[in-house]
Amino acid sequence: MKILRWFIGAVVMVAVITLILMRPLPSLFYPGLPYAGFFGRMVYVIVLACVLSLYRIWKGPTGADRIVAIDILGIMIVGLCALLTISTERSWYMDIGIAWALQSFISTLALSKYLEGKGFDE
Amino acid sequence: MIRRVILFAIAFFVWCLLTWVPDIQHIIVGIFAALLVAILTGDLFIKRPHVLKHPLRYWYFFAHYLPVFLWQVIKANLDVAYRVLHPALPINPGIVKVKTTLKSDTALTFLANSITLTPGTLTVDIDPEKSVLYIHWIDVKSKDTEIATKIIVERFEKILKKIFD
Amino acid sequence: MSSTIGIIFISVGLAFDVLGCLGLVRLPDVYNRLQAATKCVTLGTCSILLGTFLIVGCTAAGMKAFLCIIFLMLTSPVAAHAIARGAHRAGVKLWDRSVVDKYKADKEGEI
Repeated sequence: MKILRWFIGAVVMVAVITLILMRPLPSLFYPGLPYAGFFGRMVYVIVLACVLSLYRIWKGPTGADRIVAIDILGIMIVGLCALLTISTERSWYMDIGIAWALQSFISTLALSKYLEGKGFDE
Repeated sequence: MIRRVILFAIAFFVWCLLTWVPDIQHIIVGIFAALLVAILTGDLFIKRPHVLKHPLRYWYFFAHYLPVFLWQVIKANLDVAYRVLHPALPINPGIVKVKTTLKSDTALTFLANSITLTPGTLTVDIDPEKSVLYIHWIDVKSKDTEIATKIIVERFEKILKKIFD
Repeated sequence: MSSTIGIIFISVGLAFDVLGCLGLVRLPDVYNRLQAATKCVTLGTCSILLGTFLIVGCTAAGMKAFLCIIFLMLTSPVAAHAIARGAHRAGVKLWDRSVVDKYKADKEGEI
């Protein structure tokens, strides 16, 4: 039963990644730029990872699981901003990325303090 | 005073990286911003400024600590990838206790960060008075404190002792 | 040349990101998920940012990517440590097949 579930999951993952790599979904970015084709596909890979962590936010049995998934989602959005920087050649995406990294760290610390049940004034 | 000067230099350097390519307007605004940061929070971050004077410590940091750290991080990632992709999930988790001989706060922070990013271990809590760390280990090899200390802590402790103490 | 190396770094980083999130879905309790996710996603994102730095060179975006690598390497273990401590104090239990929990034993001894 466990092996069967692992097998089904592996088939689904390999199918999704093959779909992303082989038949490019419609490219969202300005098609004339040098890296738009390659990174237009790579963005879908990081969207797949974000969907996996959104599953953990939706399903998570305790609050701690949800906080872990939110933290991880914040770090991955920094990577997404880096990919957008290259594929659209707009350097202000990296500004969004660095601000998001700072804000995500602070909000994670606040959420874990809340989880500890001690209030914020310690 | 010396602490505020060091903090001013660090803040100004970070400002220059943030507003690359530097020109005269950015530098003038950056001097005022770094001065404000240094005056307001000068005594919070750097506790022992005399440590920063020895050039040998930088050599140890860049030539001994960083290669070991990066190699352990890469090994940790391959280890996690193996455990996640294996169908039977070969994990054997538990929280163990290890001892350390480091004293200063910076050294303990670096030790905890190194332990978190190396294979199969995660720092849960630090008790600086008893100098004890509680570590979640994904594959417990030994429940004994001494053996766990030998396996987890020692490879970083020797290097960090030279850098920070 | 450096853009080719950058594309290799970005591909490796994306692979580790997906593996880390797979660990977030598959592993059984909070602490194991935290381990897999923190390690893999930190190295994955740092690798993507290093690839960005190699492709765009020493421009404004490249310098910000370099600064972001240092920042992530310093802060993501601290965030993981805070979540683990908060979860243990909030009473989240370990996996039922865990071997040993010295932290709980020591805390009960103090109270």
